Amino acid sequence: MSDNSTLRTPSQRIAWTATIAVSALVFVFLIAPILAIMPLSFSSSSYLTYPLPGVSLRWYDDFITSPRWMNALKNSVIIGVASTALSMVLGTLAALGLAQWKSRFKPLVLAFVLSPVVVPGVITAVGLYFFFAPIGLTGSYIGLILAHTALATPFVVITVGATLQSFDTNLARAAASLGASPLQAFRRVILPLILPGLASGALFAFATSFDEVVIVLFMAGPEQRTLPREMFSGIRENISPTITAAAVILTTISVILLATLEALRRRNERLKAGG
Amino acid sequence: MTDASLTRTEVPLKRQLKRAERARQVKALALVLPLLVFLLFTFAGPIAGMLWRAIEDREVRQVLPHTIAALANWDGKDLPDEKAYAALASDIQAARAAGTIAIAAKRLNYALNGFRTILTGTSRNLKAMPEPGAARETLVKINPAWRERGTWTTIKDAGGPVTGFYLLAALDLTRNADGAIVAAPPDQAIYREVFARTFLISLSVTALCLILGFPVAYLLATLPPARSNLLMIFVLLPFWTSLLVRTCAWIVLLQSKGVVNDSLHWLGIIDEPLRLIYNRFGVCVAMTHVLLPFMILPLYSSMKAISPAYMRAAASLGAPPVTAFLRIYLPQTLPGIGAGSLLVFILALGYYITPALVGGAADQMISYFIALYTTETANWGLASALGAVLLLATILLALVYGKLVQGQQVTGGMKN
Repeated sequence: MSDNSTLRTPSQRIAWTATIAVSALVFVFLIAPILAIMPLSFSSSSYLTYPLPGVSLRWYDDFITSPRWMNALKNSVIIGVASTALSMVLGTLAALGLAQWKSRFKPLVLAFVLSPVVVPGVITAVGLYFFFAPIGLTGSYIGLILAHTALATPFVVITVGATLQSFDTNLARAAASLGASPLQAFRRVILPLILPGLASGALFAFATSFDEVVIVLFMAGPEQRTLPREMFSGIRENISPTITAAAVILTTISVILLATLEALRRRNERLKAGG
Repeated sequence: MTDASLTRTEVPLKRQLKRAERARQVKALALVLPLLVFLLFTFAGPIAGMLWRAIEDREVRQVLPHTIAALANWDGKDLPDEKAYAALASDIQAARAAGTIAIAAKRLNYALNGFRTILTGTSRNLKAMPEPGAARETLVKINPAWRERGTWTTIKDAGGPVTGFYLLAALDLTRNADGAIVAAPPDQAIYREVFARTFLISLSVTALCLILGFPVAYLLATLPPARSNLLMIFVLLPFWTSLLVRTCAWIVLLQSKGVVNDSLHWLGIIDEPLRLIYNRFGVCVAMTHVLLPFMILPLYSSMKAISPAYMRAAASLGAPPVTAFLRIYLPQTLPGIGAGSLLVFILALGYYITPALVGGAADQMISYFIALYTTETANWGLASALGAVLLLATILLALVYGKLVQGQQVTGGMKN
């Protein structure tokens, strides 16, 4: 059934057509909201309705000149980059360790390491709020970076772990037998091979922090509000077209991240096919 | 590994290998350790702290220490003795001086509505320490509630240091004056309904995701890779788009002057704008949109693993396409359906942002109440107890999910 030529009976043909039709509707459902919001950010009016009375960049201008939004963008980048860096260190080390560690407790440890993804955001946020408030970590960058690192690290462990699983350990042995020191072997052989995996992990970690809002809601002071946090209060109060401009900027960043990830995946597949 | 082939003379080598292996294991564990310590501090510790708050009860004990001590041996059958009244009077005097009455009053008011008034009123009217032996008389004169047995059992029950009060309250239960567990009064019994609502919304969203996701996953798994990779962008782009952007987009689309209502009006289908948002419909639509990729991706990978040879074999053995689909194809997708559905359901259970932004008051899920009691009313005990129930449900479902996914990996022939 891998292509249409094998569909022999009319009923199969009908079923296939129905699958395509329903899928098309679902694709519209998935993409239309994101596409619908974009043109509104270029509207010259402050009403979020079609047809657009005129085209303007005033809402982008509003975004760029607003200290509130620019501060939020800056905070999102600071917290995102810092928690990505921290989760890369912790997550890569843990993935390297888990790849070699043999124990009956390994599934348990793995489940624990991955659990921040599954536990509802509100529970983590409330726990951190109680825990960090007495030690002065609420309303601070450090507190948010630590919290986002906890949420982002599982993605690094998964991505880097998957890369290590497909890594041929004989290559490291070959390097050693040819006289490379462990450090040289790591830098010249292992690192270039797992680099796409590391980069994917970093992208996942950054995206996790960049999109996180529940913990920020509980823990950020007015100084640390991030883009999603600013959007949250914007949506609550009243949706101005500036929010749609922010949405377009956020979506553009998402698309760049996704495209980079896809490029890395393709590169990895090419390498595998070539090797 | 090669134990069987080792001879007696090679035993030292065997030991050497073992030692090297042990060193490797220690090194491996040392690499994992920083993350474990980190998560202990930023994740497990805080959650354990929250769970502790669900049973901790120390406000009343802190503010009224002598009263709690005097009530320790009280059997609760009759009114407590004069000693307890005297202890209460002195505790209230001390607490008024320290300004801590409100702390105890707030906690006691959770257990017995109106206790705040009793305690603060008594504190206000108790000008001086009563004469020895006249404490009961004085307190009862200030407020007749001190003649009620229930007033005293409330204090004793709230004496801590641990309590089942919040956990019971989270399940709409309470203890009566005799200590038996009974249904909570109707005005406080709202959480079972909230849990049922959370469950129902999650179930609806899961069902919607399955209905919408199955054909898409099937299409993606069946098309040649060049085309399915292209279509996969339609699934991955929303997956990577910020939750806030997507929620905002749905508000713009569904509000009364929004794109959907405008289009329907323009087409002449409706005269009045439909109410599409700030209700259950809006919550289900927006949540389905957010969670659909989590259904499609596991379904897709389980379908991708099904060899087309099975369907060809079924057809060649004379099975009509519908029979072949139902008896051969569908059963093989069941692990994918299970994994996707559980994943969506688990994620939906804890949803907060989307219902908070596109739901009405009657569509708020359990997370909303946890957040509300944490930041607004500061009823941390109840917030933690509700959190504990949600966490328990999540962990149980996650364990089932883990078993399911592990089973798939084994049957899929993947190495662990």
